[in-house]
Amino acid sequence: MIKYYIAIVLTAILTENFVLAKFLGICPFLGVSKKLNTAVGMSMAVIFVMAMATAVTYPINKFLLIPNDLAYLQTIVFILVIAALVQLVEIALKRFIPSLYSALGIYLPLITTNCAVLGVVLLNVEKAAADASFGFAASMFNSVGAGLGFLLAMVMFSGVRSKLESADIPKFMQGLPITLVAASLVSVSFLGFGGVVENIFG
Amino acid sequence: MSPILLAVIIVAAIGLIAGLGLAIASIVMAVPVDEKAEAIRECLPGANCGACGFSGCDGYAAALSKGETTDTTLCAPGGADAAAAIAEITGLAAGEMIPMTAVVHCKGNNVNAENKLIYSGIESCKLAIQVFGGPKSCSFGCLGYGDCEKVCQFDAISICDGVARINPDECKACKMCISECPKHIISLIPKEKANAVVLCMNHDKGALTRKECKAGCIGCMKCVKNCEAGAISVINFCATVDPEKCTGCGKCVDGCPVKCIYMQGNICMVKEEENVL
Repeated sequence: MIKYYIAIVLTAILTENFVLAKFLGICPFLGVSKKLNTAVGMSMAVIFVMAMATAVTYPINKFLLIPNDLAYLQTIVFILVIAALVQLVEIALKRFIPSLYSALGIYLPLITTNCAVLGVVLLNVEKAAADASFGFAASMFNSVGAGLGFLLAMVMFSGVRSKLESADIPKFMQGLPITLVAASLVSVSFLGFGGVVENIFG
Repeated sequence: MSPILLAVIIVAAIGLIAGLGLAIASIVMAVPVDEKAEAIRECLPGANCGACGFSGCDGYAAALSKGETTDTTLCAPGGADAAAAIAEITGLAAGEMIPMTAVVHCKGNNVNAENKLIYSGIESCKLAIQVFGGPKSCSFGCLGYGDCEKVCQFDAISICDGVARINPDECKACKMCISECPKHIISLIPKEKANAVVLCMNHDKGALTRKECKAGCIGCMKCVKNCEAGAISVINFCATVDPEKCTGCGKCVDGCPVKCIYMQGNICMVKEEENVL
């Protein structure tokens, strides 16, 4: 059983990395990866929101939408719920943990309806529909794994970008062009993980 | 019930619950905003220069609001206007504020000062001073690489012929340049009062000073004898003027054999004959 969950987490981090393999959440990936500390702050907020979003949307999907044959409403209901949830978390953090609020503060509203967050909850219900053994716990592990994968991608890419800062780049490539080229190369490197998890645990 | 109606009801209900929840949460968990601090913050110039000794304008506003300080005159860039506005909000006594300006006590420009070495490193006073105290023979003088110019938020400082000069009209007396200068030759003097300033900080003996810089104070005591108000004193072969005693008569300026005493306001901002000697 533990092996099953480890496999889920590792798959989410490496082979199905949300940024580098599924190309979700590219906007914060390019926007906030300039410095390591902001990249880590953003990733922490993403992990937190992904876990919270799955914890809330999974029961809504299972006990409200599916019994009423309303699975086609998943996207719109999930956006609504996640947005409200992030706002609530922001208010609560501001009140009770101001230090964490000031650390995550600016990133929380940014990821309110980030496609990576919406993506992870939609993929969770998709997997749950296809595979009966993929329950609530598996969904949570998958979400946290996806968040960790986001963290890994952000940290790696902030390293790449700090190297780019000191590199002598031709003028026409400076700024976003070279950043996108570098992102695609990092993404290609992640293709190397294809099949690794299946072969270890399969 | 038709499936469309059910879908509408469910989504509407979720939206309503979320909306109500957020509304309640924002009331229950509202963070009290310090209105007094906000009002004080509006009066401050927002340069975040740190002249007040707090962490920027927000820090000073919060400290005033909480009563951690009762001094309304700490904001140098805001000046008397800010002090009066703060006093009105807080009900504290509006302290008297003398407008100050920073001045660089050096006249060792490229013509006056001798060089002991040629420095071709990075243009920074802090780095140049690592190499035998900088390229100038005088170990007290302005290096002219503009560390103060870079740190000034009000564009008051310019490098004129190898020496930093501060425009008193632009200077807000935030003291950023004073803490930045590695030679410690910048100080504050009253801005509006007629006041003599010695543009030298050289404490070497007169004969040595003479070799290092044509405009260096040699400690001849002539200004001390000329001063009727007793405002000038010579300590370690360098004259200083006490701005509180100075009457602005200008006798020291006329009598100085090396011409290193100036009236505040007459210090040239640009390369001019008078400055070059």
